[in-house]
Amino acid sequence: MKGAEIFVECLKREKVEVIFGYPGGAVLPLCDALYDSGIRFILTRHEQGAAHAADGYARSSGKVGVCLATSGPGATNLVTGIATAYMDSVPIIAITGQVATHLIGNDAFQEVDTTGITRPITKHNYLVKDVNDIPRIVREAFYIARTGRPGPVLIDLPVDIQRKEGEFYWPEKIELRSYKPKYEGHPLQIKRAWELIKNSKRPVLIAGGGVIISNACEELKKFVEKTEIPVAFTLLGLGSLDVEGEYSLGMLGMHGTKYANYAVSESDVLISVGCRFDDRVTGKIDEFAPNAKIIHIDIDPSAISKNVEVDVPIVGDAKNVLKKLNEMAEKLDIDDWLKKIKEWKEMYPLRYEKNGLKPQYIIEKISEYTKGEAIICTEVGQNQMWTAQYYKFKKPRTLITSGGLGTMGFGFPASIGAKVANPEKIVIDIAGDGSIQMNIQELATAVYNKIAVKVFILNNCYLGMVRQWQQLFYNRRYAFTCLEGAQPDFVKLAESYGAIGYRVSTEKEFDEILPKVLEEKEKVVIVDCKISPEENVFPMVPAGASLKQILDGLA
Amino acid sequence: MGKNNNENKFETHIISVTVENRFGVLARIAGLFSARGYNIDSLCVAETEDPSISRMTIVVKGDEKILEQIYKQLNKLIDVIKVQDLTKEEHVERELALIKVNTPSFTERQEVMQLTNIFRGKIVDVGKKTLTIEISGSASKINAMLELLKSFGIKEIMRTGRIAIAREFDKKGG
Repeated sequence: MKGAEIFVECLKREKVEVIFGYPGGAVLPLCDALYDSGIRFILTRHEQGAAHAADGYARSSGKVGVCLATSGPGATNLVTGIATAYMDSVPIIAITGQVATHLIGNDAFQEVDTTGITRPITKHNYLVKDVNDIPRIVREAFYIARTGRPGPVLIDLPVDIQRKEGEFYWPEKIELRSYKPKYEGHPLQIKRAWELIKNSKRPVLIAGGGVIISNACEELKKFVEKTEIPVAFTLLGLGSLDVEGEYSLGMLGMHGTKYANYAVSESDVLISVGCRFDDRVTGKIDEFAPNAKIIHIDIDPSAISKNVEVDVPIVGDAKNVLKKLNEMAEKLDIDDWLKKIKEWKEMYPLRYEKNGLKPQYIIEKISEYTKGEAIICTEVGQNQMWTAQYYKFKKPRTLITSGGLGTMGFGFPASIGAKVANPEKIVIDIAGDGSIQMNIQELATAVYNKIAVKVFILNNCYLGMVRQWQQLFYNRRYAFTCLEGAQPDFVKLAESYGAIGYRVSTEKEFDEILPKVLEEKEKVVIVDCKISPEENVFPMVPAGASLKQILDGLA
Repeated sequence: MGKNNNENKFETHIISVTVENRFGVLARIAGLFSARGYNIDSLCVAETEDPSISRMTIVVKGDEKILEQIYKQLNKLIDVIKVQDLTKEEHVERELALIKVNTPSFTERQEVMQLTNIFRGKIVDVGKKTLTIEISGSASKINAMLELLKSFGIKEIMRTGRIAIAREFDKKGG
């Protein structure tokens, strides 16, 4: 068997159903072996799209996503996608071709040091130097990608290794003496945590992306229902519980709800589950939850006490630790606290002024129509924050968004991946007019493969979030953020690719087309929503300010 | 000879890292330190008694928090088998230095040879106007030697950086 065939056989053993990729000289043997392998290959129109699609596939399904690119520029085009997955702990396998082994280091055609470039943005990476190492490496790569704190793993496969004869074998066991993720939390620490919680008067729980990754939503629900502790979500934690539920505080942080940020700031015990205390979550770190004892549950020891000093660290899988906590959990005596929070919720609801077509309105309507159950992908910026605020997420793996890296151009290709993994579900990309243009070429991928995603472009003719900062902190000097005058006609653009395009600029127009768009089963639809250009995302905690210094924007 | 560390004791740490003996591992570790802005004083790496394992001795400066992160981040690398902060336990540390000293006259040559003897060093090369000394020991011993040799005029120094190993005595707790 040739190396390429061995590689494909290994992918089959790992139950790979689909690969997003782009061919090239250094992956010719591999593409040839994939051609009639039975594994679905989705040709994207840019390697970055392939990486994001694999990411969207992985986030929405919990499976490992796979993308493929050739050496050199193919590999470097994957980099943004790999870094995006790394920051948000998404299990993907990136396969790159490499120049022949005897040419490595010679500055050969389309050669880059792929493993060198991707070292800081992968959980691990491999350069295959012997055809007989392929099965072990593939097996290890998938194992590393999906276990512990998941993350991207890259396999760089020189073209001569793909052609070389070797023998297929499937290693029964994975022997990695240096990699042993810790899943069980320390029982004494869990007990200490419960003691703290039990005696707390103002507890708050922060649910992060780790809750969703470890499939711990049921356990979290049980814990919250038993104890009645209010829950704030990080961006990636949205969907771990019903955001409209009784104990939900919505999202916290820079664009979180006032009541979530007040509750966290006033808390005396803070339980963080699968959240790494990103600066967008904590605001000014010295003033973050100043009176709280902090319990930090995370599978990654290095996440603990990295940003915030922790009182009770628990290293382990969120699901296991919550299970153990549930064995002790009981209703807490925190009625005064819950009353206070209820007051905050009534006093400071999310709100916006209604005049013209508002982005918040669009998202509220989409949320209503889909009952909060569609898979929602976003780009990055205002579109992302409005989605996080106004879409009423109910279920895990329904918000697919680039949280850590904040990658514009992520949402559309990610929605393609998500739709491939969930063909029966409605998959929507909420985009901005800036970010959609970063990977607009994937329209061809979606249309050709009949991946009927729906894109709503919140079109304000600005790079809106940056413009908002310029308005608030740079004296309204809109440096390089205005897209007016140079925008494509998104309707014609959609049509030229064979998709359906709509344009709306009033609530009425929007209400009319919404059912048509979401009921369309076969075709890709793009809706160009002309929204009020200077609408801002509020509430907002300015960068570096404490969570209590909240700009409201409304009188 | 960790006890000879003076007030820097709380800042300088000797970290012993056992890693898979594979290509690219050194780059991973060096990359980790530069990416996260940790300072390396020195780094030594060589194969161990088990050819599939290499051991690195890394001397770093940092406060408790940084050291904790270094420890955790190193452990996070797939190729890292074990990380040990030797500063926290009884250990033996050594560094080797080769020092080329100006010795234009007979008396200077005599003097340098005497110093070398006292420090239990060796003369490993003799030039017309220079002597090259090999000396090993703790970093502070080498620093002391260098201080004394300064007045002669040091032409060149090569230092290996520290290597260290935990004492067996301490391990068994007896």
